[in-house]
Amino acid sequence: MADPRPAHQTPLKTHPRAILIGASSGIGAALARKLTNEGWIVALVGRRADLLDSLCAEINTRHGETRALAFTHDVTDHASAPALFTQMVKSLGGLDALIYNAGVLLKVKLDEFDAQKDLEMTNINYLGALAWLNPAAAYFQGLKSGQIVGIGSVAGDRGRVAAPAYNASKAALHTYLEALRNRLTRHRISVLTVKPGFVATDMIKDNPRTPMVISAEQAAEGIYKAMRARKQVAYVPAQWALIMQVIRHIPSVIFRRLTF
Amino acid sequence: MTTLSLPFEHLTTLENFGHSLKAQSYLYKPTNVAQMMEVFKTAKQNGLTVTLRGAGRSYNDAALNGGGIVMDIQDMNRIVSWNPESGLVTCEPGVTLQKLWQHILPDGWWPPVVSGTMMTTLGGCLGMNIHGKNNFKLGTIGEHVVEFKALLPTGAEVTCSPNLNGDLFHAMISGMGMLGVFTSITLQMKRIHSGLLNVRAWNVPNLETHVQELFDNAPVNDYTVGWLDSTAGGKGLGRGQLHTAKYIHEGEDPEPKKTMQVAYQTLPSTMFGFFPKSVIHYFMAPFMINPGVWLVNTAKYFAGMKDKTYPQSHAAFHFLLDYVPNWELAYGRGGLIQYQSFIPKETVVEAWREILTLTQKRGLPSYLGVTKRHRPDKFLLSHAVDGFSLALDFKVTRGNRARLASMLQELDQIVLEAGGRFYFAKNSETTPETAKRYLGKETVERFKTLKKRTDPNNLLESDLYRRVFGSL
Repeated sequence: MADPRPAHQTPLKTHPRAILIGASSGIGAALARKLTNEGWIVALVGRRADLLDSLCAEINTRHGETRALAFTHDVTDHASAPALFTQMVKSLGGLDALIYNAGVLLKVKLDEFDAQKDLEMTNINYLGALAWLNPAAAYFQGLKSGQIVGIGSVAGDRGRVAAPAYNASKAALHTYLEALRNRLTRHRISVLTVKPGFVATDMIKDNPRTPMVISAEQAAEGIYKAMRARKQVAYVPAQWALIMQVIRHIPSVIFRRLTF
Repeated sequence: MTTLSLPFEHLTTLENFGHSLKAQSYLYKPTNVAQMMEVFKTAKQNGLTVTLRGAGRSYNDAALNGGGIVMDIQDMNRIVSWNPESGLVTCEPGVTLQKLWQHILPDGWWPPVVSGTMMTTLGGCLGMNIHGKNNFKLGTIGEHVVEFKALLPTGAEVTCSPNLNGDLFHAMISGMGMLGVFTSITLQMKRIHSGLLNVRAWNVPNLETHVQELFDNAPVNDYTVGWLDSTAGGKGLGRGQLHTAKYIHEGEDPEPKKTMQVAYQTLPSTMFGFFPKSVIHYFMAPFMINPGVWLVNTAKYFAGMKDKTYPQSHAAFHFLLDYVPNWELAYGRGGLIQYQSFIPKETVVEAWREILTLTQKRGLPSYLGVTKRHRPDKFLLSHAVDGFSLALDFKVTRGNRARLASMLQELDQIVLEAGGRFYFAKNSETTPETAKRYLGKETVERFKTLKKRTDPNNLLESDLYRRVFGSL
């Protein structure tokens, strides 16, 4: 059993620290493994305590020391984010990056109009990000260093028939991150917008015919690489940059008639 | 809805003295006791911890608190009262040794115990219970504290002296700032009759002579300190240079009024008359590699072959570390760490031999070795023994971190086997197991009991405390 506190930092053993929101499964869990394998100490935030706990146990056992801490939290509980942020930074002993990865895609049929679903997606994918990115931005601005990472989506580049609220929530996140980048670059803070393509997670498990699917581990590799390179916008995998360039230029007169 | 619990303007990244460790904290600089209380209140409201910080001269994580609050006491720096008749001085904790000696020297007094730098604050000096080159003669700074006042995290204010609240007195001095914060410190200064010291410098050719001469000279001189060339092996293992100094008696200095002026003591700001010292560390940097240090050390050793005696000002003799400003920057981006161990006189020769041989075998010789003679003291978390200390500076690089870390664990074992101790202002890699072994279970328990009494909510915590005492 590893020490319940995170590994101590000494001059001979330093480690970067991150808060990862939306870590219970999928890309988040894979990124948690990737970061800790690279020596990071991470605070993992998610709704599902059992999944988080077993992920932390797995990571900490593998490394023989505490590299992952679990914090159960629902990102729609916006009011509790600031205090939790402070406590997580205290537990980590500082902060070098905050990654907002929480996101849901609720299936909406072409003839379905469900405000409840749309609000839920907006709440988790976008409003939750506002609650978390603000304390992180303030904290990093105070320090004049740090990195903010938002996991958007290729889906945020265009409004499609199949997922209006999902598209809009990701587009909002992209624009918000862009504005944040414009505010914070002058304070030496990196703001990275990640736009993954199709990743083999719960989100697409009902669509077995999805093309160009990468694993969550591959997505995590791509995200980590973009973080290290302190990129501004990164498509994961990179081919999506070209594809989305084409898709963004499909004229509306055609796009309106498509059903994907 | 507030975005961040504490205003982000307070955030800052602080470093240890060796620039080898960074920690992000909310920094508060109180100017009076009421503001200190506010800091404790803020911490409690936000579920954060507080670390006390003076001049930030600790080599390790003693004044760092990653993710928490740091209370910097440097702005509480008034000399409250000074009596040139009795030599009693009462200061706020942020008064530095520099401010203190410059205040009292013209009246014919000198701080009884000073560190190798004068930048340290009295609060920090007491928290770590510092010693000087006269440790064997006059003990630690704590032995010259007549009384102090402290604010406890509970909000209570206490007065302590060796007889009043004696347990707290002997624990807060040496207590790493983990029991409370000093608000006023009364010290007895030492009467001197000249601004000069009679200094003698001579070489010692090997380890046995080095130890023997320290042993023989410490009782008969006022100050004794050794430089050890840790790059020398074989027959020259442990060779170095000793410096001793004696006070000048009343009447021996024809112009005491002149030599006791601050201006007379001041370290020159240029070298060879024209070379600004503020840039010297850039020229030192290229030598900070194994062969470079070997070259410099060897040259230093052979240049010192002649036994010399000369008068030197107090400031120049004591504050060697201030001689080249920012010398620690010469160690480059990775910074430096210091490893200081205190070993009983019975086992010291063998232990030092093992330590020096191991550092050379691992290809990680220390770039600066300093030796001193010590005596035990009554303070709870004492580092002193009836024996000797060896302080070794190591350069930290990206490539040597892991090797250095594992070597230091081996060194810890050598020191523990020899019955030695460590110093909480210096070593950055001491593990809880090591600390428990040399402090003893009973000492740790006594400290924890006192901490429960003065700080029941554990508001005072530093990275050092969490690292070493967190799991004890």
